[in-house]
Amino acid sequence: MTLPGSSQPQAAPIAGSGDVLLEVRNLAKNFAAREVLRHISLEIASGEFLTLLGESGSGKTTLLRLIAGFEQPSSGEIWMSGERLDTLPPYKRRVNTVFQSYALFPHLTVEENVGYGLQVSGAAKPEIPGRVTEALQMVKMQEFATSRPAKLSGGQQQRVALARALVNRPKLLLLDEPLSALDANLRKQMQGELKSLQRELRITFLFVTHDQDEAMALSDRIALLKDGGLEQVASPREIYARPATSYTARFIGQTNLLRAEIVDGVARCGSLCWNATPSNGAALFSLRPESIHLSPDGAVPAGAVRFRAVVRQQIFSGSSEHLELDLSGQSLRVRIPARGPLSGEQEFWFSPADAVAVRK
Amino acid sequence: MKRSSQLNRRSPLLAIYALLVFAFLYLPIVVLILYSFNRDGVGGFPPKHLTIAWYRLLFTDSAIWDSVLNSLLVAAAAVVLSLTLGLLAALALDRATFPGKSIFRRLVLLPLILPGIITGLSLLMFAVLRGLPLSLVTVLLGHGTALISVATTELFAGLQKIDRAQEEASLDLGATPWQTFWRVTLPNLKLSLIAAGLLIFTLSMDEIAVTFFLIGRDNTLPLEIWARLRRGITPEINAISTLIFAVSVILILVWYQIRTRTTGKEAHELLERP
Repeated sequence: MTLPGSSQPQAAPIAGSGDVLLEVRNLAKNFAAREVLRHISLEIASGEFLTLLGESGSGKTTLLRLIAGFEQPSSGEIWMSGERLDTLPPYKRRVNTVFQSYALFPHLTVEENVGYGLQVSGAAKPEIPGRVTEALQMVKMQEFATSRPAKLSGGQQQRVALARALVNRPKLLLLDEPLSALDANLRKQMQGELKSLQRELRITFLFVTHDQDEAMALSDRIALLKDGGLEQVASPREIYARPATSYTARFIGQTNLLRAEIVDGVARCGSLCWNATPSNGAALFSLRPESIHLSPDGAVPAGAVRFRAVVRQQIFSGSSEHLELDLSGQSLRVRIPARGPLSGEQEFWFSPADAVAVRK
Repeated sequence: MKRSSQLNRRSPLLAIYALLVFAFLYLPIVVLILYSFNRDGVGGFPPKHLTIAWYRLLFTDSAIWDSVLNSLLVAAAAVVLSLTLGLLAALALDRATFPGKSIFRRLVLLPLILPGIITGLSLLMFAVLRGLPLSLVTVLLGHGTALISVATTELFAGLQKIDRAQEEASLDLGATPWQTFWRVTLPNLKLSLIAAGLLIFTLSMDEIAVTFFLIGRDNTLPLEIWARLRRGITPEINAISTLIFAVSVILILVWYQIRTRTTGKEAHELLERP
């Protein structure tokens, strides 16, 4: 949804079932004089796994806390299934949160923690034990039902926090960097489990992370935030292949940013030139390292941009080689399949279609 | 152990100095305890014949036990009163923002440093002006006033340690703020409440200055002892003092244990409060 006069990037088509579950309209948040969120508009589809990705201070956690109801927006609205959400207190929202610190209740056992949401919301008493067991089974923690949180490892606490948040069967689950405290192996494993859990339960996940690999691995769509504004909202493939801005191109994966001058549909960057659509003037292009290919025998496909460059550095990493090229003063990063040592000047090419024009 | 013995060898003067200080602090108490078992009462040194006769006498002295009961009643009520009001004040200090908060913070701590004489005298004047008869109720009001500060500081420290995300999690799971307070905030504060309660109880039990101004017909234990002292020290007083000492030591040890567990740091610095 784009508001008149706003410069929000157009959201990509929504994944999931297609019905809009949550709608954030022109949401802003200031802490004193500091703008933490700048007029964010975003739609989340029912059943979607959407990730808010950004560096620390980008406003992603604030957006999550506004949706959970722990903070009040300075302006703008939040709607869920046709109901105004931002005016409700947190305990009346059908939204549950997995906290970064897990925030388990230390004075309650695992099953009491998980049953808490049912108890306070007045669920039928005989129903509670069954639903608690079911939730604990979901996260494979039933054998720890009577333990205290302090006795559990970080990964186990994480599972309990997940079960506790899911037991109320929320329409929307908010996850605030839930995996950031786990070590790398456990993290990978939990990523897989989270994803399959989300598919099974068909609950909409709004996931906050600063880790772009995690965002790519899990999400249906990624919303990239920068300084409190939405930089781009798109599927992982889309956002990688078609970054809208130079920030997106650099934040997600690696890239080469080419500063080009366009004259009559031809982009010129140093000795390189190719056909490009943007109108005349200066333009910035993102060219991924793997989009540049080595041409050992000098043969290149029709329409490709070919150039000769000096291999300044070569780093072998198993299946591929990372090269740093020197193209008359411009440095280019290249990734090619492993092929043995290279030296001196070599012939390379790329397809003009892979040079993506990006905004600054 | 090894380090401290090395220290002793290196500075015998320090060891002697420390011994003297401890003697100064504890010798009177040792003498008091010793004489409570002395057949010949407070006269005669060293005590020759040990007996528990004074304790037998003590247990048949109904005036003493009435005053013990009065003290227990006042102390228990002071605990409830101070904890309730202190918790509210601590919550306000921890969570609310309101104009004049910094003044409120200082005012709430004022009775802690105010001499008991001033608190006692001003409450006495208040009682006289309002035509309030002096009784255990006025004593309770006096203790409560002075001890709310203790409750507030203790509970404020406890509240500061609570992980606010837990309360957010509770609200997030559908609990109202009221349910959250009872099910999450208070249980997290349990140890602080017990510790503050023990401390207040002990302080109230042996309070004299404020009590002196506000006492009616019914004596508290310290005042009963004070009254009897005018007729000279009796071995019976030594006996009751020994019992008070024992109970106080136990209460303080329990408080110290809990306090160390809640704050995780050494509690001796916290014991230094007036």
